[in-house]
Amino acid sequence: MLDLQTLIDMRYQVVAVILFCIGFATLFLHPNLIKKVIGLNLMDSAVFLMLAAVGYIDGGKAPIIVDGITDASYYINPVPGGLVLTGIVVAVSTTALFLALIQRLYYMYHTLNLDEILLLAKRSEHY
Amino acid sequence: MKNKSLLHRFVDWVNGDVADDRPGNIRTVGSLPEAKPPKEKPEHTDPLRHLNRQIAAYRVSAVLVCVSLMLALTYTVLCLPTYNDPSAPTNNEVSQRYVEQGMEETGAVNTVAGMILDYRAFDTFGESTVLFTATAAVLFITLSKHTKEWTERGPFADSSKDPILQVVGKILLPMIFVYGIYVVLNGHLSPGGGFSGGAVLGGGLILASSMFGQKKMVRVLSANVTTGLSVACLLAYAAMKGYSFFTGANHVGWEIPKGTPGDILSSGFILPLNICVGIIVACTMFSFYSLFSQVEEE
Repeated sequence: MLDLQTLIDMRYQVVAVILFCIGFATLFLHPNLIKKVIGLNLMDSAVFLMLAAVGYIDGGKAPIIVDGITDASYYINPVPGGLVLTGIVVAVSTTALFLALIQRLYYMYHTLNLDEILLLAKRSEHY
Repeated sequence: MKNKSLLHRFVDWVNGDVADDRPGNIRTVGSLPEAKPPKEKPEHTDPLRHLNRQIAAYRVSAVLVCVSLMLALTYTVLCLPTYNDPSAPTNNEVSQRYVEQGMEETGAVNTVAGMILDYRAFDTFGESTVLFTATAAVLFITLSKHTKEWTERGPFADSSKDPILQVVGKILLPMIFVYGIYVVLNGHLSPGGGFSGGAVLGGGLILASSMFGQKKMVRVLSANVTTGLSVACLLAYAAMKGYSFFTGANHVGWEIPKGTPGDILSSGFILPLNICVGIIVACTMFSFYSLFSQVEEE
């Protein structure tokens, strides 16, 4: 299964998986909230790379019919383009929402470190 | 080295050698090296010790989860149809239909524009609504009593006096706007469309706002104006698509003329829909910027 040729053939997908997991690990491990959001965006980008790689056909042109050829094998798959567009919009919206919430947290605790925020929240609960 | 000293400091602090109210003892929590919880069990029950041990366990398990996820996903990816394969199941009759008959059926030369604004226009309507909802949510969250404090030491407070920004901005701004409007208007003929052109326009608006200062910009484009424009465009989008869904589904036959593919005035509703989406995206981008830098006055 894990021969090198398959790995090289599927390089875009494998890179997408690695990028996704880097983003996931950032989301888990980094205490800074802004960097957590960056990790989330990294995961988004990995998904977009995956979709673009799935839709690519060797030698295909962008699906814009300028020279009158309406043959599906002449162009790349247009469906992932639309899906990536949806994904980008949702990523932008969630990022903005996260940043707004982080701004509120910063006003309240004057730090971006999630561990410190949890600690301060816990302390204010205790005393 | 740094971690070690931090660990030592932390161990000392857990043992009670350091006064509890020493400044900075909170910081040890975030920078504790993983997988090395302190071995001694201090007698006094401190919520911090519990939290620290939990954080260490959490980090180890997070690394494990990520690595196993990566292995599983890589294995799955290697079982997928090969990259570049024209006979892969993703290249099925759906994309074939879009490419081969999209131009006749929608009138758009750009197949992706025809797809997202005609075949799947309802999906794009949902996307625009997501953008609008995000703006509304950010508006709710950021408009608080703290707004004024942030304004005075905001990062863009006096960038309007920067001469480089003024000169370069005056050269760049017309080009950016013309390019953005071009991309929006040619969405059905060339790469681009409402989303990308709207993002370019939003970037131009952000540049203008940092050039002229937000106080001047608010007079032209306040939060009320951007919200109103977005709502108007969403309603126009809903009306247009509702019209074509209603007449199309009931076979009424009052179709919008498609025009000759390749003309700027062709492909039915796609051009006005692109304009609507472009305005929504530009307003959203600009209001994100102005809400996060907060010189909104009222």
